[in-house]
Amino acid sequence: MLKFASLLLALSFCQGRQHHNINNDDEVVPVFQASKYSSLWPLPQKVQISEISFKLSGTSFKIVDAKESSAGSSCSILQSAYRRYYEYMFGSAKKQWGGKNRRADLTELHVWITSPDSECDAYPGVTSDESCESFYGGLETFSQLVYEDEYGAKNINSSKISDFPRFAHRGVLLDSSRHFLPIKVILANLETMAMNKINVFHWHIVDDQSFPYLSRTFPQLSQQGAYHPYTHVYTPADVKMVIEFARLRGIRVIPEFDTPGHTQSWGKGQTDLLTPCFSGSKPSGTFGPVNPILNTTYDFMTQFFKEVSTVFPDTYVHLGGDEVDFTCWKSNPDIQKFMEQQQFGEDYSKLESFYIQRLLDIVSTTQKGYLIWQEVFDNGVKLKADTLIHVWKGNQQQYQNEMANVTASGYQTLLSTPWYLNRISYGQDWQGFYKADPQDFKGTDEQKKLVIGGEACLWGEYVDATNLTPRLWPRASAVAERLWSASNVTDIDDAFNRLSLHRCRMVERGIPAEPLFSSYCPHEYKGV
Amino acid sequence: KKKNHHVTRFCCLQSVKGVWPLPQSFTISSERYPLNPQAFYFAYGKQSAAQEGCSVLDEAFKRYFSLIFPDYISGSILQFSEDQPFTVQVSVGLDDCDGYPDENSSEQLYTLCLSTGLETFSQLVYQEDFGSYFVNKTEIEDFPRFQFRGILLDTSRHYLPVRAILKTLDAMAFSKFNVFHWHIVDDPSFPYQSRTFPDLSAKGAFHPMTHIYTQSDVRRVISYARMRGIRVLPEFDSPGHTQSWGKGQSDLLTPCYRGSTPSGTFGPVNPALPSTYKFMATLFKEVSSVFPDSYIHLGGDEVNFSCWKSNPDVRAFMQKMGFGTDFTKLEAYYMENIVNITTALNKTSIVWQDVFDYHERIPKDTVLHIWKGDPASYEAELSRITKAGYRVLLAAPWYINHISYGQDWRNYYTVQPLNFSGTEEQKKLVIGGEVCMWGEYVDATNLTPRLWPRASAAAERLWSDEKQTSNVDKAFPRLQDFRCKLLRRGIQAEPLFVGHCKHEYQGV
Repeated sequence: MLKFASLLLALSFCQGRQHHNINNDDEVVPVFQASKYSSLWPLPQKVQISEISFKLSGTSFKIVDAKESSAGSSCSILQSAYRRYYEYMFGSAKKQWGGKNRRADLTELHVWITSPDSECDAYPGVTSDESCESFYGGLETFSQLVYEDEYGAKNINSSKISDFPRFAHRGVLLDSSRHFLPIKVILANLETMAMNKINVFHWHIVDDQSFPYLSRTFPQLSQQGAYHPYTHVYTPADVKMVIEFARLRGIRVIPEFDTPGHTQSWGKGQTDLLTPCFSGSKPSGTFGPVNPILNTTYDFMTQFFKEVSTVFPDTYVHLGGDEVDFTCWKSNPDIQKFMEQQQFGEDYSKLESFYIQRLLDIVSTTQKGYLIWQEVFDNGVKLKADTLIHVWKGNQQQYQNEMANVTASGYQTLLSTPWYLNRISYGQDWQGFYKADPQDFKGTDEQKKLVIGGEACLWGEYVDATNLTPRLWPRASAVAERLWSASNVTDIDDAFNRLSLHRCRMVERGIPAEPLFSSYCPHEYKGV
Repeated sequence: KKKNHHVTRFCCLQSVKGVWPLPQSFTISSERYPLNPQAFYFAYGKQSAAQEGCSVLDEAFKRYFSLIFPDYISGSILQFSEDQPFTVQVSVGLDDCDGYPDENSSEQLYTLCLSTGLETFSQLVYQEDFGSYFVNKTEIEDFPRFQFRGILLDTSRHYLPVRAILKTLDAMAFSKFNVFHWHIVDDPSFPYQSRTFPDLSAKGAFHPMTHIYTQSDVRRVISYARMRGIRVLPEFDSPGHTQSWGKGQSDLLTPCYRGSTPSGTFGPVNPALPSTYKFMATLFKEVSSVFPDSYIHLGGDEVNFSCWKSNPDVRAFMQKMGFGTDFTKLEAYYMENIVNITTALNKTSIVWQDVFDYHERIPKDTVLHIWKGDPASYEAELSRITKAGYRVLLAAPWYINHISYGQDWRNYYTVQPLNFSGTEEQKKLVIGGEVCMWGEYVDATNLTPRLWPRASAAAERLWSDEKQTSNVDKAFPRLQDFRCKLLRRGIQAEPLFVGHCKHEYQGV
């Protein structure tokens, strides 16, 4: 029996990013043709696929640690990834091809981790993630190269691939407040994120509508603020499970606790946290944003974010800060008095800044970095130098200007504006997502380097467990390639051909990813 | 980003929000009866013509028992109550239990008994927080506004596994739809496995084994639908939309020419060859025996003339027939022949509006299916066609495959199918409407959440009284409640807006 050791995991620490401009081709309805890159998605940085093919057999194939590897069998993330990818590649074939006599050309995949400080049980970090990226990316790429021939046997062509992501932050935002998302749905989507080399799960966990996060320090928040205190909450064990499931797939979990706006549900379990609105001289019974003038507010936030910083191991936390409506603050006589004292005049954005600045100080003491929505920057709040500004507003010209302004001020930034995937329309809207480029704005090379990536956002007004997965995939896959592959990978026809196959692969792996256009998959979705 | 719409929350549902679609007359009192699954019975009335052994009703009793008591597992509940037995008595005037739910014949059994009786009753039962079931004393008088309430599924642009079709039939019954319009073949693929022409699917399906509907698949769909009071209307669209037919049937399609030589591509069905009509007669003979419905949909839409124009034989035929250069005459000639074939088979034809637009010499019992344009233009078309005395079916406002952001169900709800200029007689010619889910972007991965509850909005428009259901905002909480019922029944219906259901969807 022949034995080939195929080694894919060539680590690259290359930081060089290219900055080509994108040609905006007119939208066309693509016709499927095989791509020379077969079904690879997102496209690796360098690919050479030869004509020489090898047979793989599920009965003999193994994924093993190379002798020289700096990480071995005690490394839990490696071992569970090996098993997962084995099942992706042979899961269905195992049943059909049990025979031991089938000749196999390739029997082992050797995984050689060269990074000297492979921290197996560590949480995927922002800076220490290169070996991690290569590991997961490499396994996923290998599995994508395996194809079924007309006899149902698994094959792989001899290929040379070197790969690294263009951007470090490749995220998907899910919103579990407007609709509660059962854990099962979150896990299935983490699984799919890994297939698309997405490495950040931005968990917009609470908002106006509901507070499903069960806080140990303030249990009444979900007790009163969730849709249901038992069936519609995330317990500490649930949250832990999500984080661990994500970690095993090289995905970071960044929680967002958005304040001072978008907090209606917080007020149900925490009295005096929100601003009482007035109509005339009397409280109207409704509440506005977090009350920024009370010391109790900051005591609460201190304790709350202390908990958040221990529950979520990521070095970043998202603090929101978007869409603060001033009408309630304006109506409240205590706030008016405070504005006078502070000499803010009629400028309520100064009050917002006052709040955010104190909040940022609080979060800084927990040793976390933070992301904030762009308004906080726009309002001139004083920010730590390592703050990440999340751009989400405006049309193309407006967000490009915003990216230019943010980076000109020396801040790192990530882009979401063109990737609001909750906004659906008829037809192949993935092409629009695919064409957007986060470095496409006027600025110096230094400025472009401050773009750390982007996020596809699936806000939850019209999305829950019933339709989330087909609405997200493969549309988010278009964003995934933009954030992973080289900037000159812009051929929309080639992308259509690869993405069609990639979507069928997701379907075969049990993910109900919706179709791009009239077509079929050899193995259709079975989960009806 | 996150628009602050009004927040609608449901608190602890303690009584029924209503029935969807709204019955014609409905009075609910506060007097309520407890229902105990162990002392709950369906029975045939003494006067009923149908008695035990009526397959449709026996099956329906079994089905609705589980729908009424969703978490009841036989023997697992401890009983302490001394509830009186509760019996739902069903009386049908006509024993038609093995009949097909055709237009008029089985009105009593299928429409009245299944839809207005059992389905409505099941929606009236509610469960309290402690798990007990109740029904309030309610008086209902009900009948559908339109007799044709359809859903079109397209199994050619994407193959839909039989399971996905059956699931849709389940959900259709919950919204009182009664016609499944099966757009079974089209350009991209021919999944219908024909007895007489097996090559059509062997060569024209996406895959000859895994992506076809066998004869037994089709029988299963028809019988599953019948049990739910749903007719199955097959569509074999020609002469356009037939690319996939050509793969398994040579000489059926028109060879297109570039200059004086065939270009290698094919156009619509070739109307100039006698063999075409022989083939069609044989195929439709099979179709009319496989599908028991008395209607067949013949398509006839969007015929592109450029290929016919390019072909010298077709041009010669035009000259011979005296059509000049008017290719609509050729198309009319073709459709007339096809309609005659189905008439001879004792089937009534349904065709897309295009056929009326270019041709008036079609049998008077033909139904025209309106699918084009904005309200102004489909209203004008309704007016024109009914004035000519034809029956019509409205689909134009319910192209539900067209998605957009937000609550587009409101648009489907506010359609006024009879709002066109015409006499009372003309209005009577509108036999109903149809929700179309074309398949370019839809397959088993996203069909169900894209269809429900958006199609339910149209269902109410086709069933209920328009005056009583003219307020969309009033309908909203009732539809939201109905959507949660669909979830409870295992239908993956998407949310209308922010909020939650007591029992969320448990799949992925």
